[in-house]
Amino acid sequence: MDSKYEAVIGLEVHAQLLTDTKIFCGCSTRFDAPPNTNVCPVCLGHPGVLPVMNKKVVEFTALMGLATECAINERSIFARKNYFYPDLPKGYQISQYEEPICEHGKITIELKDGSMRDIGIIRIHMEEDAGKSIHDQGSETLIDVNRCGTPLMEIVSEPDMHTADEAYLYLTKLKQIVTYLGICDGNMEEGSLRCDANISIRLKGETKLGTKTEVKNMNSFRNVEKAIEFEIERQIDILEEGGRIVQQTLLWNADQNKIIPMRSKEEAHDYRYFPDPDLMPVIVDQKWKVEISKMMPELPEKRRDRFIEQYSLPKYDAEILTSSRDLADYYEKILTVTDDYKSASNWVMTEVLKNINDRKITVAQFPVSAENLGKLIKMINENIISGKIAKEIFPEMLSTNSDPNVIVKEKNLVQITDTSEIENVIDGILSANPKQIEEFLSGKDKVIGFFVGQIMKETKGKANPAIVNELLKSKLESKREK
Amino acid sequence: MSVTRKEVEYIAQLARLRFKDEELENFTSQLNEILSYVDKLNELDTENVEPLSHPVEEFNKFRDDELKPSIEREEALKNAPDRTDEFFKVPKVINKE
Repeated sequence: MDSKYEAVIGLEVHAQLLTDTKIFCGCSTRFDAPPNTNVCPVCLGHPGVLPVMNKKVVEFTALMGLATECAINERSIFARKNYFYPDLPKGYQISQYEEPICEHGKITIELKDGSMRDIGIIRIHMEEDAGKSIHDQGSETLIDVNRCGTPLMEIVSEPDMHTADEAYLYLTKLKQIVTYLGICDGNMEEGSLRCDANISIRLKGETKLGTKTEVKNMNSFRNVEKAIEFEIERQIDILEEGGRIVQQTLLWNADQNKIIPMRSKEEAHDYRYFPDPDLMPVIVDQKWKVEISKMMPELPEKRRDRFIEQYSLPKYDAEILTSSRDLADYYEKILTVTDDYKSASNWVMTEVLKNINDRKITVAQFPVSAENLGKLIKMINENIISGKIAKEIFPEMLSTNSDPNVIVKEKNLVQITDTSEIENVIDGILSANPKQIEEFLSGKDKVIGFFVGQIMKETKGKANPAIVNELLKSKLESKREK
Repeated sequence: MSVTRKEVEYIAQLARLRFKDEELENFTSQLNEILSYVDKLNELDTENVEPLSHPVEEFNKFRDDELKPSIEREEALKNAPDRTDEFFKVPKVINKE
């Protein structure tokens, strides 16, 4: 970015709440249902019906407010946002406008240089989602009303971010919080987390904000970063060429890596907000607030710090293990079987995460149970198997999630710790390789590796490596003396 | 308070209504009559009165997050002016380029 300029970025994030039913009716929120089957007169917007607020939506949104240090307003009300679009059967969206439930919070992000920055939250409010329009079939548009009335929480940040990277970090942190709270699955690709960015630029040192544009349609974390970078550059180019920024809504096109203006037809008009007379105010008194705060789980930073403290893990390990609640839960479940904290961390950070990333699956879908991984680590520590054998049987655990004790017994992989048995093998190897013994005696220590390899091959990797090393060295040394 | 013909046109556009010239004239004068009638309220001193968003004093009318049966798709689509087997059908909302 041209160093003369500074970008000012604010994000509006819509998070789909993980309730079983819609915000104002008892229809299911399941997203994979056949079209127009999760519908009723309320979400179809039939005349004369009355919406009734889902209590859990209030609790989830207030919980998010508490997790981001917002003030929870004692009284909040719903408003109608009026516009016509075929996927909005009522002709208005029920949202919150003048008195939202949460205000004035913050999310703290850690920048690459390790410094911390607070990104302000202006407000968090509750609203309903619209339906789905399917444009690409024939000469008409098809409408599926299933998603109408799915509860959303909108989180509006202050224009506190200055780079695409900061926006990315903010969004990642926000996702981490909602998934820790268990109130949203945080999946941008599937649309359960959506992000719009308000972007303007100004000369460094200038305090007045420039004309902003709004960028929509960024359906992955990487796309948010790319689109913001693109838009900042576009605005700088315009100003550098002596032009003016036009306030408008833009759409990110991920396939072509470019930004296109939204057609005026789709542009927002005058929403004429007014209080919705069908819905009574929501009052969150002190007592209810305390009840909601009891639902608060241990949040990522706290859990990370506890991992460092309680399990003596390096910050790096703790950071990765607590990056998602599922992963942190998985790790702690391993610790119910073994108390080798660091080994458990190593296994999760290497084998487990590698597998999850390679297969593009979630922690919940990972086939090896935490208990079985714990057992495996325990078997290594109890010298039942070597680390090498453990790595060998791990693929089988991946495909069957069998108890490692059973696999080891079935395949007869129990480590040989009987010294006389190992001694026999060593003697056999030594007498079969007189040339290598000569090499050793002439000072080539490296040849020890050759012997270890042969011994392991002979024992199919089952000989205890420590015993092998010790016996082998003493036997070789004794040859030197002769 | 009063409205101009231009504002009436704007309101009509927001409501997706199209009017003939004489209708616009008619509505402008009718709307102004209504507004001047309601204007009487401005004679009241509301300095110390909180704005009222709800005429009743009820609050926290909630339901639990429990599934209720939805209606059959056939029933949902029954009144649609146009439809397919599964969807509501509306005129194309974006133009393909």
